[in-house]
Amino acid sequence: MDKMDVLLRQKAPSGLIGWKEEEEMALALGLSLHEAEGRLLAQGVLPQRYQRNAKSITREEQCRLFQSRVAVIGCGGLGGYLLEELARLGIASISAWDYDSFAEHNLNRQLLSDMDTIGLSKVETAAKRVQAINPAVKFQAFNRPFAAGEGEDLLAGHQVVVDALDSIPVRKMLAAVCQRLSLPLVHGAIAGWCGQVCTQFPGEDSLETIYRNSNQEQGVESKQGVLAFAPAVVASLQVAEVVKILLGRGELLRKRILLFNLLDMEFEVLDL
Amino acid sequence: MKIVVKLFATLRQGRFKIQSGIYPEAAKVQDIVEGLAISPTDLGIIFVNGKSADLNRVLQEGDTLSIFPPVGGG
Repeated sequence: MDKMDVLLRQKAPSGLIGWKEEEEMALALGLSLHEAEGRLLAQGVLPQRYQRNAKSITREEQCRLFQSRVAVIGCGGLGGYLLEELARLGIASISAWDYDSFAEHNLNRQLLSDMDTIGLSKVETAAKRVQAINPAVKFQAFNRPFAAGEGEDLLAGHQVVVDALDSIPVRKMLAAVCQRLSLPLVHGAIAGWCGQVCTQFPGEDSLETIYRNSNQEQGVESKQGVLAFAPAVVASLQVAEVVKILLGRGELLRKRILLFNLLDMEFEVLDL
Repeated sequence: MKIVVKLFATLRQGRFKIQSGIYPEAAKVQDIVEGLAISPTDLGIIFVNGKSADLNRVLQEGDTLSIFPPVGGG
């Protein structure tokens, strides 16, 4: 019996382990918190933080989520909710991009903005938030715009890319990068009371179809702004798509788009 | 020929939600979009009978045309 087995018998006799014991185990074995949690899940021990996941996803699936790498492009309205949910789900390697800082006009909808973060880097604020939720997550923060060449190199090795951008041309560029890297892209966008979600797999041209009539930088959000609930709804739908891709089960929004308008409470799923 | 036009979200402002109209044979999506004075920057995804279509699509009797505004915020 190795040292880890002995510790597990002491600290997780029921197959569940609390955070304090997890930290003590990491220290005793000379492991980072990320490494320790990965080892625990691989051995079928469930950290208590995932206890309420366990009836909807198996322990083996929880372990798969932990081992997954997801990239989030943008840490504004969508990005804040995306990172919150990905970290809570236990996706333990997350990379995020944003070049911007929080301003007062972000406070109406951007989860990571508050009175203390105005003026601070969005991606650095995201790093702190993810660490505060789940210290076992390895978070890579890129405090710069997502650019084709460098971004392409950095995205290699991820399993899923999530679109939380606010620019139509950059979205088109990101979709092309994901095609070249054969990575699935979970698209989301918001404006006013409305939002949309679509998942594009390699070889599909959904983003091209969605924006084929749009040569401008922004959509109607330039006239309508965005209300607080729109990013929360879209980001949650996007995260559900991410989890299904990583676990290989459920129905995805592939070659289809979900469009909603919460003012008239309409949801449409249409073929692309 | 009879075409049902559905507009979504902000495109309804000053227009309508759903309207059935009579259009010339071989009318294209573009003709209807121009007739509704939808500016290019307000034009997002277009569907004919629930399947995405482009502006050059020639419409047929009984088609339903759905027009959405572009959504690009994050």
